Amino acid sequence: MPTREPPDPRPHRARPLPPDLARRLYRLMLTARMIDTEAVALQRQGVFPAYVSLRGQEAAQVGSAAAMDPERDFAFPTYRELAVALTLGVDMVGYLASHRALWHGGLYDPMASRFAPINAVVGGPVPHAVGWALGERLAGRTGVAVSYFGDGASSEGDVHEAMNLAGVLTAPVVFVCQNNRWALSVPNERQIAGGSVAARAAGYGMAGVTVDGDDLAAVHDATRAALERARSGGGPTLIEALTYRAGPHSTSDDTSRYRDPAEERAWADRDPLVRTRAALEAAGAADAAFFAAAEAECRAEAERIRDGVSAAPEPPGTDLFDHVFREPAPHLAAQRRVWEEEVR
Amino acid sequence: MSPTATAGTAAAATAATAAERGRAAAPPAHLTMRDALNRALDTALAEDPATLVFGEDVGRLGGVFRVTDGLQRRHGADRVFDTPIAESGIVGLAVGLAMNGWRPVPEIQFDGFAYPAVDQIVNQMARMHYRSRGTAPMPITLRVPSFGGIQAPEHHGESLEALFAHVPGLRVAAPADPLDAYHLLLQSIRGDDPVVFLEPKSRYWDRAPLPEGGLAAAPELPVGASRVVRPGRHATLVAWGAMVRRCLAAADLAAEDGVELEVVDLRWLKPLDADAVAASAARTRRAVVVHEAPLTAGLGGEVAALVTERAFRDLAAPVQRVTGFDVPYPAGPLEPQYLPTVDRILFAVQRTLEY
Ligand SMILES: Cc1ncc(C[n+]2csc(CCOP(=O)(O)OP(=O)(O)O)c2C)c(N)n1
Ligand SMILES: [Mg+2]
Repeated sequence: MPTREPPDPRPHRARPLPPDLARRLYRLMLTARMIDTEAVALQRQGVFPAYVSLRGQEAAQVGSAAAMDPERDFAFPTYRELAVALTLGVDMVGYLASHRALWHGGLYDPMASRFAPINAVVGGPVPHAVGWALGERLAGRTGVAVSYFGDGASSEGDVHEAMNLAGVLTAPVVFVCQNNRWALSVPNERQIAGGSVAARAAGYGMAGVTVDGDDLAAVHDATRAALERARSGGGPTLIEALTYRAGPHSTSDDTSRYRDPAEERAWADRDPLVRTRAALEAAGAADAAFFAAAEAECRAEAERIRDGVSAAPEPPGTDLFDHVFREPAPHLAAQRRVWEEEVR
Repeated sequence: MSPTATAGTAAAATAATAAERGRAAAPPAHLTMRDALNRALDTALAEDPATLVFGEDVGRLGGVFRVTDGLQRRHGADRVFDTPIAESGIVGLAVGLAMNGWRPVPEIQFDGFAYPAVDQIVNQMARMHYRSRGTAPMPITLRVPSFGGIQAPEHHGESLEALFAHVPGLRVAAPADPLDAYHLLLQSIRGDDPVVFLEPKSRYWDRAPLPEGGLAAAPELPVGASRVVRPGRHATLVAWGAMVRRCLAAADLAAEDGVELEVVDLRWLKPLDADAVAASAARTRRAVVVHEAPLTAGLGGEVAALVTERAFRDLAAPVQRVTGFDVPYPAGPLEPQYLPTVDRILFAVQRTLEY
């Protein structure tokens, strides 16, 4: 089985996070981990038909999203950005509703949350981030779009088109590639010619940065710098956050067919939760009382969200028709009458 | 088809085309469809600062068909701009711009190059409003110079209407003449849903007299409405885009034999003005639908079904389809034999009359 260590991440020179911020982000990571664990359980119980876990990517997601300005910036996620959503304050019951298959894009308000609808097309939303960002520049506003995608997505033509467009149009966008080493069953070696996504940035005339994606402070710092650059007219940045997909691709996946269990066991030392906790302790920023309280409060939050999504009502059948168009559409009105008479 | 019929068809088509184009010295109070579309874009840019026009070569060059000519000069390079050659990216850009409050009017340079953008058109542009439960605005008008008839290279003569009409969340429109093109494009841009706007490139240079009071004074039909461009009582021809003129030419010839054909210009291909088309077919009791696209699973089948469902008892004959053949769009010399000819239209009419 092909396994390979990721290219050595550029040793980050990130300053340690201010203690307040570090504690807040650790709690977000912990809450994300706990929601994720509950979500996997909900799938086992048959509440979710399937679920895609972000386990292992908490630092990459919380660190990058926490650098965003939730009033000005806008995130374009894929299907695995639970901790980005949490960090940006998205209604998590509405977020998980997508995984309960209540509504594909999620039941949160994407425009108000500044977190685009969950998008299942690998690479598809990346050009949207460039368009949104261009819109900010044209309007003379200072928001920045943050586009999340995976190592597998980096092979999609749309991602190349989007990066070139961003370079040509000087769009204030930050591309965050979470390289979790796997794209379903395919490892980096068979995905990324040249071995580095970030290295491609040079070809698009933008800054490319590789960070240890499991180092919260490093991710936060790299994203903050990229956001600042974009905000001040310096154009796009591509950040490749090297991390690891600790679990299967989804609850329907079977990793024993393609990856060495030893690789997963080795990850335990890299677990970003463990590392962030150790960093907090080493800096004297948190004590046992903090971790105990965080544990209890984050668990309570995760359970509240679990109960909320489990109890969420199914959408009414009228939702089939209600959001297709904004303007009247006689053909849909006629089909809705059929639904009313023969289905409802 | 016999060689004689082919020759006759070509002659008829040429004659019709020359007449249609009004080659006689046109006074300045005439304008082409290209002019009309250009004026519609100009109006849209002027009336709503959120309107943006972009695509390949639409800026300084003014587009390969000059539809965007002068717009960059008048409205600035921020609002009318060239993009790299990246059709999927162009549509993806439009989706993101729309989510940020803009009203994008992107251009795909030629019909056949909409295919690289199909994912963004179908999976993203058409669904984002639905996916976001109506919160993400998606007022995009995707202009696509379309259809054949100009002896262009491969991939420059495609008819995409059935493909896009099949996609939930898209509206599809195609103008047939200059004055109507102006309003149809403006309505598409002003509307809050994504529209795929198929411009018949063989009609870009058709001229029409400018009405007193200018373009804005030209008759404006409601959104979604078809129009009867020639009333008749013996059979209804249903067409859109460039084939409307061809149907009018067929109607001229039929009239010489005392057959009065009604010609309906569909204008909106999705949603389609089914009731009005069926009402016309019910009146004349016969319908022939004409399109450039291949036969199988073309929009003609949809029109035939809609008419049959609504007017079965009033019909004296099955709805006929006169379409392109189920072959890749051919090169120049074969184009006139591929596209529906006046003769084929008249043969189909005859079949409905003799049924
Ligand atoms: C365009 C497209 N092709 C294929 C798929 C099926 N698919 C879903 S996720 C996935 C792997 C994506 O890998 P990566 O981009 O690394 O993201 P990750 O799942 O690791 O977060 C594939 C092949 C898809 N959803 N979209
Ligand atoms: Mg991956």
